[in-house]
Amino acid sequence: MSSRTVLSSDDIDRAITRIAHEILEANTALQKSGTKNLVILGIPTRGVLLAERIAAVISKTEPNTNIDELLGRLDITMYRDDLAKNPTRNVTETHIPSGGIDDKVVVLVDDVLFSGRTIRAALDALNDFGRPRAVRLAVLVDRGHRELPIRADFVGKNLPTAREERIRVQLAETDQKNAVVIEA
Amino acid sequence: MMMNRNLLSAADLSRDQAVEILDIAEGMADVNDREIKKLPTLRGKTVVNLFFEDSTRTRISFELAAKRLSADVINFSAKGSSVSKGESLKDTAQTLEAMGADAVVIRHGASGAANVLAHSGWINGAIVNAGDGTHEHPTQALLDAFTMRKRLHGKASAGRSLDGVKVAIVGDILHSRVARSNLLLLNTLGAEVHFVAPPTLLPANASNMKATLHYSLDEVLENETPEVVMMLRVQAERMNASYFPSEREYARIWGFNADRLAKLKPGAMVMHPGPMNRGLEIDAISADSPQSTVLGQVANGVSVRMAVLFSVLSGERANHVN
Repeated sequence: MSSRTVLSSDDIDRAITRIAHEILEANTALQKSGTKNLVILGIPTRGVLLAERIAAVISKTEPNTNIDELLGRLDITMYRDDLAKNPTRNVTETHIPSGGIDDKVVVLVDDVLFSGRTIRAALDALNDFGRPRAVRLAVLVDRGHRELPIRADFVGKNLPTAREERIRVQLAETDQKNAVVIEA
Repeated sequence: MMMNRNLLSAADLSRDQAVEILDIAEGMADVNDREIKKLPTLRGKTVVNLFFEDSTRTRISFELAAKRLSADVINFSAKGSSVSKGESLKDTAQTLEAMGADAVVIRHGASGAANVLAHSGWINGAIVNAGDGTHEHPTQALLDAFTMRKRLHGKASAGRSLDGVKVAIVGDILHSRVARSNLLLLNTLGAEVHFVAPPTLLPANASNMKATLHYSLDEVLENETPEVVMMLRVQAERMNASYFPSEREYARIWGFNADRLAKLKPGAMVMHPGPMNRGLEIDAISADSPQSTVLGQVANGVSVRMAVLFSVLSGERANHVN
């Protein structure tokens, strides 16, 4: 099995910083304020870590940011469409900031965008928590091969891949180092 | 991790599987606090509650759990069904199979009924034991373990077992499926089990049980200082002989009351699987005290049963009806 590093630790940092600023820019255009009515929800496992990093960058740029009202996590296990086929996956905690998501701009964060089915499940899950003003999607890697009409608004890197290849996102919190590796 | 397709006995679960079910139940508990208390997970699945014995909380709990996961639920109780016309378990099971039941939750007065249903080949759905005679009641043990973990560790419960927790189970051990399932699961999770009962209500041969036997509740409270005291219901319907001289004597020696409540160490809890005989095995002051987990157990029952139904119904299953 061959593997190739496509994003280094520094590349990932730069991508996250850029995504954070793009989110702020887009929200300013929409709501006249960088973090007003903004909610960032990470999708477990690594989407949660990426969302934390994005929120950290945002709170550095916008000093009045209250992270507790900005950042949350959304577990989508129970909304998957392949539960009947795949073995059980662990359900983890869902945390929605205390202000809820009604009329907020919600940015979903995931590590890799592939078939789009995870995001479809996340949209279903959001439905049960309220009615956001808009839902955006931020991903570290977009590898193509979509099976649903879904696209990302903020992308760290577009990475054309073959279907058989595996993209492995490694983050220091869970994998001891930061890298995006492509395996074939 | 691969889950079993049936839950017949608390002994079916490995330590990792048991902890995983409890962790899934944590997630389900969050759903029960939401405004929209429903998940689409088991949409299109049919769950049959097959109850040959009377039950309020277990049946309602399973029904609610299945409905919160969007499954279709059919409640079948022996009273008012063809069973009272003499239909056998086999014919009932085959009828349910023909109707396409994906899971059957069974409560039966005969020990081993769930096991027969699971291994007979009459039915292809997942079988969940909701109490069989004096044998087992595994979902009760799971919800009790969940309640203990939640009380002891609060928000930090996920992933934890019950290593070193001292649990005193008091009362009718002989007839109690709750006690048996709890013993098995608590052993798996690393807790230390003490049985307390009059000699007539302890099993004749308890040497193969991994529990310490006691006759005096006061001595156990004094010497062992358990974190958990679980009171069992005195099951009048199974008392076909004189197991103790009088109810008053039982209440005085083995019942839980305000005096004994005062002896508990801080943070300890009093549990009861319900329905309670107030004034017999537990008095009103203890049952309604902050240390009592009785209502918490009922609420946790729904979350745990959601986790169990999710575990047995998700993942591919082989078709092996004979």
